[in-house]
Amino acid sequence: MTTARAPEATAAEIVDLAAVPLRELNQRLHGLSGGPPGPHRWRVLNPNGAHAVAAGLDAEIEVEIEGHVGYYCAGMNKLATVRVHGNAGPGLAENMMSGSVVVDGNASQSAGATGHGGLLVVHGDAAARCGISLKGLDIVVNGSVGHLSAFMAQTGRLVVCGDAEEALGDSIYEARLYVRGEVAGLGADCVEKELREEHHAELRDLLGRAGIDEVDPAEFRRYGSARRLYTFKVDNAY
Amino acid sequence: MSTLDRRHPWSLRESYLFDRNVIAEIQRAAREGIYGIRGFGAKRRLPHFDDLLFLGASISRYPLEGYRERCDADVVLGTRFAKKPLHLKIPVTIAGMSFGALSAPAKEALGRGASEVGTSTTTGDGGMTREEREHSQTLVYQVLPSRYGVNPDDLRKADAVEIVVGQGAKPGGGGMLLGHKISDRVAEMRDLPKGIDQRSASRHPDWTGPDDLEIKIGELREITDWEKPIFVKVGATRTYYDVQLAVKAGADAIVVDGMQGGTAATQDVFIEHVGIPTLPAVRLAVDALQELDMHRKVQLIVSGGIRSGADVAKALALGADAVSIGTAALIAMGDNSPEYDDEYRKIGSAAGFYDDYQAGRDPAGISTQEDELAARFDPVLGGRRIANFLRVLTLETQTLARACGKSHVHNLEPEDLVALTVEAAAMARVPLAGTDWIPGT
Repeated sequence: MTTARAPEATAAEIVDLAAVPLRELNQRLHGLSGGPPGPHRWRVLNPNGAHAVAAGLDAEIEVEIEGHVGYYCAGMNKLATVRVHGNAGPGLAENMMSGSVVVDGNASQSAGATGHGGLLVVHGDAAARCGISLKGLDIVVNGSVGHLSAFMAQTGRLVVCGDAEEALGDSIYEARLYVRGEVAGLGADCVEKELREEHHAELRDLLGRAGIDEVDPAEFRRYGSARRLYTFKVDNAY
Repeated sequence: MSTLDRRHPWSLRESYLFDRNVIAEIQRAAREGIYGIRGFGAKRRLPHFDDLLFLGASISRYPLEGYRERCDADVVLGTRFAKKPLHLKIPVTIAGMSFGALSAPAKEALGRGASEVGTSTTTGDGGMTREEREHSQTLVYQVLPSRYGVNPDDLRKADAVEIVVGQGAKPGGGGMLLGHKISDRVAEMRDLPKGIDQRSASRHPDWTGPDDLEIKIGELREITDWEKPIFVKVGATRTYYDVQLAVKAGADAIVVDGMQGGTAATQDVFIEHVGIPTLPAVRLAVDALQELDMHRKVQLIVSGGIRSGADVAKALALGADAVSIGTAALIAMGDNSPEYDDEYRKIGSAAGFYDDYQAGRDPAGISTQEDELAARFDPVLGGRRIANFLRVLTLETQTLARACGKSHVHNLEPEDLVALTVEAAAMARVPLAGTDWIPGT
């Protein structure tokens, strides 16, 4: 047996990816969906940049990953809480449905892409296309985000405590964007909007849930769709 | 009598370059200031399977008895890596068409018809509907750039997954669904405001390039516990390279959609001027597979203008494992039927010409989201028509295969074919009829 159960009843189930194939880890985690009760807490050791770690989870479990992960960590996550003690590669928590995913370090491009629900927190920076095609997920980035973040974002919220690179919110639909720092440029049909008290409250809630208490919601600016691209006509062709 | 009437009737010469359709389009563009958007597929004359003929059996070839001797037509898709490949009874599947583009009863009918004859149907850009899943014995779940309606629950309910890189009608272009088809249900499934003109992305949001695609396929395999076949669909353009890259990325099967492939709403300029026809695309795809020693190991599904058993048989003879139908399936269900001619004319079209799928006013109740129109369409009858049509395609394919002496439709081969035109001979790489000449070889 290549996994070891910790001695205490509440201790985490430990899976060492240096010894256990990724496929076995994911299948064990998938087996917790609707099946007999299994360990609630899991620790994954030595991810070493592996792709699709803890992808496709569908159970109220907690998974702590001790190290850096590659592409698509926690992809399509449902219900689970996944925490990465390291950096994450592209497509972090892509298309996640619910639960929460937290990365202590930085995230590569397309973090939270097409996410439908839940909360994604990146304590470092997120690269290009963070929140691309967002469909309801909330993303909080403590650092900055790269270019084309929230591209074609449909619904959901993106909070950036640092700066945003070029073309923020290009072709955005109804997602709400909050940026505390500098915005290098807005994409097509993305405009700055008034930050009202209801948005302060929304920001306070999101920042609180992300465990980021040191920033003031009043320091943010809000961006969203001008809705000029909602109909095909010559006057709004880009 | 007017001056015009007195002229000799042959004195009026229509320009080849500026024919009446071109003139009408220039005038429409000047009036409206936006490109033309329509449905259907390419309408221009293109080299196609009609330009090929079968060489039936003769003294040197022994035919099988028509109607009687066994000629199998089944196909297994996804044998490379998936634990649960699809075993279909016929080599014709239903192509991906979205709920949104099509009405819910039309999607149901496609599932009913496909299931009745033991083949698969495919979702589309908009997710999986309950009706479609319930009535489809074998359902392929598309993962498109927009990811509208994509969720892990439906992914697990699917029998196979198809990563759509592009489609033949618009390789390199994203989709569109105009506002009058964004009903409450469509809006909810796509997480969009009701009634807006919706754009679908042309690029996948979380991968770029073949190396990423390999990792993306790996993720989908992990999420589905390596059970489901994973297809990769490409619009026919750089087909040889695309097929090789998809194989190297780990696809179980590859769908190549030629430029005749249909669409629900695309710019006319895109439909008619981007991509290559299905005929050369099949040849290029088979070349790519053979070079990698993956022909018949990674299955090839070909679509784009498949209308008859002759088209099916020719595609298989060139090396495809299966074909998909889209436009022909809509027509089989009643699209463009003379029964609706009066109503087509009321909306500026006519039976046999209707291509305004984007407008959502389809009198046949197929390409619409209006409840009243959709209610006209009987999914049970539509399903029966689909099943009938699929049976005919299969019978015709078997008839041609038997005539060539084949006990399985997959035994058809390029050697059974000749071309009627130099272009077709060069594209399909079979000899011009009556010669042993294959241009370019």
